[in-house]
Amino acid sequence: MENKLRVLRAERSWSQQDLAERLEVSRQSVNAIETGKYDPSLPLAFRIAELFSLPIEEIFVSPSRRSSKAI
Amino acid sequence: MARSSAWKRYNVRVIWLTLLYGAFLLPAVYGFKHQLVPHSIAYLVAILPALPIVGIFVAIGRYLVEEQDEYVRMLMVRQTLWASGVSLSAATIWGFLESFGLIGRVDGYYVVIAWFFGLGIGGCVNKLTLGDGGC
Repeated sequence: MENKLRVLRAERSWSQQDLAERLEVSRQSVNAIETGKYDPSLPLAFRIAELFSLPIEEIFVSPSRRSSKAI
Repeated sequence: MARSSAWKRYNVRVIWLTLLYGAFLLPAVYGFKHQLVPHSIAYLVAILPALPIVGIFVAIGRYLVEEQDEYVRMLMVRQTLWASGVSLSAATIWGFLESFGLIGRVDGYYVVIAWFFGLGIGGCVNKLTLGDGGC
């Protein structure tokens, strides 16, 4: 799933490891989410959203909205 | 890469179970080979080496329950699915070949060896497709 995690992290000058520690997950999890290889569960998506004080849909791009835009 | 406490506990369990496996297997092989095992305890001596292997399956299950990192847990689940697919497919194909008398009989525990081999394949698939895990 496309997301803005890398941008949000860069805005705060956090490394992947910094973000991983704040989310209590591994650095490889952060990397997998950032690169779109892994879609986080809803509880983890909420933790990410709460950490950045943003609604989930401002961090993760809905696949259905993305495809409708493409049409 | 920092490993979780669940992974460390899993490794400790597997090391102990492997040591236990050796401790049960070597006397059993020696005993049966030299006909030292009384018939009354033969079944028990034969089954004992299998129990630590069963324990390793339990340890993998415990790890999946205890691992708090959902992505890392998913990697292990994918590995175990590959392991099950590889071992069950190999057992099915071998079974039919054996039934039609085309190849010789093998001991059933080779399915377990195929399962652990499949676990390694699953690790390679994780590495190739997700860039994480290992082979």
